[in-house]
Amino acid sequence: MSGAWIAGVLWRLLSLMGSLLLTLWGLTAITFSIGRFIPTDPVLAIVGDHASRETYERTRLALGLDRSVLEQYLIYLRKILAGDFGTSVMSSHSVLSDLYQFFPATFELATIATVLGVLVGVPAGVLAAANRGRWPDRLVSIVGLFGYSMPIFWLGLIGLAIFYGRLSWVGGPGRLDTGFEDIVTARSGVILVDSALAGEWEVFRNAVSHLVLPASLLGYVSLAYISRMTRSFMIDQLAQDYVTAARIKGRSFWGAVWGHAFPNIMVPLITVIGLSYASLLEGAVLTESVFAWPGLGLYITSSLFNADMNAVLGGTLMVGAVFIGINLFCDFLYKVFDPRLRAA
Amino acid sequence: MSDAALLEVEDLNVSFPGRGGITRAVRNASFSLGRERLGIVGESGSGKSTTGRALLGLIPAPGIVTAKRMTFGGQDLRGLPDAEWQKLRGRRMSMVMQDPKYSLNPVLKIGEQIEETYRLHHRSSQGEARSKALAMLEAVKIRDPDLVYHLYAHQLSGGMGQRAMIAMMLIAEPDLLIADEPTSALDVTVQNEVLRILDDLVTDRGMGLIFISHNLTIVGSFCDRVLVMYGGRIVEELKASELAAAKHPYTQALIKAAPSLEHPLAELAVVTRDPAWLI
Amino acid sequence: MTVETTSAPPAARLSLRGWLASDAPASRRQAVLGNVYRGFVALVSNRTALTGLVIVAALLGIAVFAPLVSGFRSPIDQSLSERLAAPGAAHWFGTDEFGRDIFARIAYGTRVTLTIVMLVSIVVAPIGLLVGTTAGYLGATAGRAGGIIDAVLMRITDIFLAFPRLVLALAFAGALGPGIENAVIAISLTAWPPFARIARAETVSIARSDFISAVVLQGASTARILFRHIVPLCLSSLIVRLTLDMAGIILTAAGLGFLGLGAQPPTPEWGAMVASGRNVIFEQWWVATIPGLAIFIVSLGFNLLGDGLRDVLDPKSS
Repeated sequence: MSGAWIAGVLWRLLSLMGSLLLTLWGLTAITFSIGRFIPTDPVLAIVGDHASRETYERTRLALGLDRSVLEQYLIYLRKILAGDFGTSVMSSHSVLSDLYQFFPATFELATIATVLGVLVGVPAGVLAAANRGRWPDRLVSIVGLFGYSMPIFWLGLIGLAIFYGRLSWVGGPGRLDTGFEDIVTARSGVILVDSALAGEWEVFRNAVSHLVLPASLLGYVSLAYISRMTRSFMIDQLAQDYVTAARIKGRSFWGAVWGHAFPNIMVPLITVIGLSYASLLEGAVLTESVFAWPGLGLYITSSLFNADMNAVLGGTLMVGAVFIGINLFCDFLYKVFDPRLRAA
Repeated sequence: MSDAALLEVEDLNVSFPGRGGITRAVRNASFSLGRERLGIVGESGSGKSTTGRALLGLIPAPGIVTAKRMTFGGQDLRGLPDAEWQKLRGRRMSMVMQDPKYSLNPVLKIGEQIEETYRLHHRSSQGEARSKALAMLEAVKIRDPDLVYHLYAHQLSGGMGQRAMIAMMLIAEPDLLIADEPTSALDVTVQNEVLRILDDLVTDRGMGLIFISHNLTIVGSFCDRVLVMYGGRIVEELKASELAAAKHPYTQALIKAAPSLEHPLAELAVVTRDPAWLI
Repeated sequence: MTVETTSAPPAARLSLRGWLASDAPASRRQAVLGNVYRGFVALVSNRTALTGLVIVAALLGIAVFAPLVSGFRSPIDQSLSERLAAPGAAHWFGTDEFGRDIFARIAYGTRVTLTIVMLVSIVVAPIGLLVGTTAGYLGATAGRAGGIIDAVLMRITDIFLAFPRLVLALAFAGALGPGIENAVIAISLTAWPPFARIARAETVSIARSDFISAVVLQGASTARILFRHIVPLCLSSLIVRLTLDMAGIILTAAGLGFLGLGAQPPTPEWGAMVASGRNVIFEQWWVATIPGLAIFIVSLGFNLLGDGLRDVLDPKSS
């Protein structure tokens, strides 16, 4: 690794930090604007319709609504950086503590779905590329195409109706059956982990039965994307001379595919997997709604219906920040390991 | 090391069915090769590279390869199962490709890629294979084998990369080497070095060599016999020493088109193509 | 190499097809129409693209002729005595919880989908073109100042590109209230960046070419160069990308509808229809299943069409 390469990486890292800050700033600007310019009067929301004029004025001053927009934004920014996302009207806890409470469920879902997507999607993509034009390729393409075109909430409802309603193969909405709810103390928030650590295997099994359907759903979306990208990368590599050279040396076809071509796509593949994970955070919003999964998505949507703008914007900020962070980091990783740049 | 033919090819045909019809890349090519040097000369699209790949069984689908006869060391190459091809390739017949920038795996160390050929065909320990690889790097006149062993493809110059490629393809001591435009991607100054290394190795090991190139001059000086290909056909076969007495108009045109320092011309000759040559 | 074709070409005829397929067009119009014709033939010969084209054409057709297609049934008339009726002769797709004919609602729902598609396109394409071509052209030809404008515009593009689409749309719709216009604005906010990127890439590759220089020498203003000369060349990539993104936009809009944030009742929006069928999914499965199927088919159609268009118009990217 030459010094020039390291310098290049550091420069890109700096650039990444800059982009991150800039984009997150943009996000706060947008959430602030949304919060500030909603048609409903935030003061009224707190004091109610029948408050006296003095109460109204007092609350208005307390909310800082008499200051200029710029000042209000700066106050908002300062609060955000201090972790103060306001208080949830619904739960009357701080939004931040609510977010901490709801985050693990989404994390669990997105992580398991991505693992599924990788375990199935990567081999599928390799298989498709190696069998280009033949039925494995067509099958993978069709499965992927369906995944891109599928309304996830619809598939979730149908899955629930069939596998839970008709066949009773899996657990229903929610993370656990009501009977199991308070048996295990929440340490990490991830029920699978907590119940395993506590040795409560019945709880574990119940959690798995509830996890299967939503995770498979999101996993399908994930594998549609991952298999398509893997296929595309592999097709490029399989056309390269070094793969032919491997076969000339006496390597079998699959030996050349997995031993030579595949190592060349691992880095771009990691960035693809990262991007898929980020987009699953979004996909989880609808899935959680269908499965009553108590994650960030459900938190945001139910806060929406309760006009709890603090909670909505806080949730948006959090999901947005994680989403942006993963996206930009993957962009950075990809550029750093781009073989074309390495050759320079 | 007998003088019996290493390779015997009769009526080799390679076609590629496509949307506009069938493209015949190689048409009725026949030749034989002993432990000698055979050059195949032709322009782009003449079928010379395709012939080389057909000999190694590396024509990709949907290409179709047929021949009345195609034997290597007496073994029939037609319809050979993959397992048999893997035993032949690298160990008894091998190929050096044109551009090491693309023909070396970018993410594996050079030394590991060279070792791989050896370990595919010989049971050996890690240490044995490594010393073989280092010895091979020395044989291709790389000055610091220990250093180069740990380098990656993009860290090598063109000449070094091509020498590494040669090492990779000769380490298992094949009887036949096909060199597909081995110096075309190199600077002129480096070309001669690589050619000399190839020359030494082929001579020392008594190998058969098929040298594919568009450069008649190089082929003429390097090989014993020359095949001239045009439009998928072999239009002429002659000894390298008798090139000046070529009979086919295409060969004659090629010879005339080569610039010469002794007989400088105001205008370089251009090949006028006769459609009759395609029949 | 020789190529032996399997059939001899037919003799040229003075027909419309002959005129369009001519290798030596006599006028600019003939050349342009000829290209369109050739592109169309290539598109239609690809079976998957053809399927996509058929689906999208059907969407358009049903939207335009919705009253006819639905047999003049109303999508919003309620008939509580007939609520949750199974699919049958009277109601081909059954009825929903208010007794409204689902087939008619699906048919009229095409109009909603089409409206969203068109509105988003109208907003997103011009913004993307404007930002992308300006950034690309100034960056390539206006020296350091141009480079700064290029960098700034691209930074802004990157910022919007990094935003999560659905979540932001949720927050937006939540603040501004539900409704089709707000949904369109929310989606457009995050949908325009890819088009700016494409436009910029195309612009950069042609900004320094000779014919642009010729136009500059003729005295054309920057605006004229951009709009008359550069934008037309970006259009084909843009159309491909738009078609490909359309599926995602439809899904996002349907997602918003599912959450109650899109077009409001009684407007027959497919996502909202799925949501309304949610509670009766176990028994009256058709109420939620059929609208979702419609979303799926339309999305699929745009994806297939987009893939086909890409193969025809932009083969180097496939």
